[in-house]
Amino acid sequence: MALSQSEVLAGLAEIVNDETGIAAEAVQLEKSFTDDLDIDSISMMTIVVNAEDKFGVKIPDDEVKNLITVGDAVNYITNAQ
Amino acid sequence: MSVPTLKQYETVKYSRIYSLGAARGDLTVTNDDIAGPIDSSDEWIRQRTGIITRKRASENLSLMDMAVAASNEAIEKSGIKPSDIGAVIFSTITHPFQTPSAATMLADKIGANPAPAYDISAACAGYCYGIAQADALIRSGVAKYVLVVGGEKLSDFIDPTDRTISFLLGDGAGAAIVGPSDTPGISPSVWGSDGSHWDSVGMTASLLDFRDGEQSWPTLRQEGLTVFKWAVWEMVKVARQALEVAGIKAEDLSALVTHQANIRIIDELAKQLDLPEHVVIARDIVNTGNTSAASIPLAMHALLASGEVKSGGLALQIGFGAGLAFGAQVVVLP
Repeated sequence: MALSQSEVLAGLAEIVNDETGIAAEAVQLEKSFTDDLDIDSISMMTIVVNAEDKFGVKIPDDEVKNLITVGDAVNYITNAQ
Repeated sequence: MSVPTLKQYETVKYSRIYSLGAARGDLTVTNDDIAGPIDSSDEWIRQRTGIITRKRASENLSLMDMAVAASNEAIEKSGIKPSDIGAVIFSTITHPFQTPSAATMLADKIGANPAPAYDISAACAGYCYGIAQADALIRSGVAKYVLVVGGEKLSDFIDPTDRTISFLLGDGAGAAIVGPSDTPGISPSVWGSDGSHWDSVGMTASLLDFRDGEQSWPTLRQEGLTVFKWAVWEMVKVARQALEVAGIKAEDLSALVTHQANIRIIDELAKQLDLPEHVVIARDIVNTGNTSAASIPLAMHALLASGEVKSGGLALQIGFGAGLAFGAQVVVLP
């Protein structure tokens, strides 16, 4: 069954926390991965791969650069399920 | 008239690495030395690559000089004579001649003339490809002792303004003498390629483009994130497969010696493999940089020299890079 947006957000926050140590509560929809959360491109790729695994979706490498905010990623994953 | 029975090679059951040799560039290049043209900083480079300094060769130190030095050390430690070498395999992408090969010159310089000698082009997987070939040549009886060299002078093919790969790169050569063994010393190899990503790491242009004035001097480039993703998550599968075909478990390893591409790749690979704490992870990149085909033998040599690992232990070595090409095997440390 497809997960809701808030469930995807919670799952993504866990992945971000595991990779970067950033508190899950700080991972909010409007936050930018690079500007607000200070996540670099290599960590971002790790997060993407773990998200693909966790949510059973495929996020093409070319698409990653369009995922500016946490909300972008949550929406992409929610729609791709 | 009866047809006489042909003789064929008599096979040998096992092979092993007898010894290693290492030579690094004579210059120590700091992050501050190269940060300017890429608008970067020591901190940025350390954080993203783990590199503090890289070794590069000065104008007076050639790829061949480093290969000869590494080979001579390996030969001396092995206890064999250079004239006993039955094949010389040189893995490099930076020999500056299309032909003849670097290997024939190397064979002559180290006293292995007239051994068969040839280069292989498998970039950062090249040393593991070389070990796979040496193992096959020895066990099939084609050669008794094989010299495998991974060597690069990458600094001849870098662009100081390139932010994708140039700042990672260093120069050096690592050599191994491989020969017959009473006990298994080299596992089956897991090796292969994925040419569908042919252009994700490589040169900015062909030599023909350069000749025709359409492009400047070709230098190395990569699509960093695509390569990172492949190097970690696809190579974890290869590493697990290498352990499986070797018939061992991660806890049996003394060391993980990956191609020294980037500390983030090395650490993520180690994390994904869930290695027990006693497994030493080679991080020669910190002070050597990424030396492509040379990086695995250099890193293994450094671990043995520092005493972090002991001769007789098992190491998983895995190379991966342009092609995309990959190779892995478990070896008994010399």
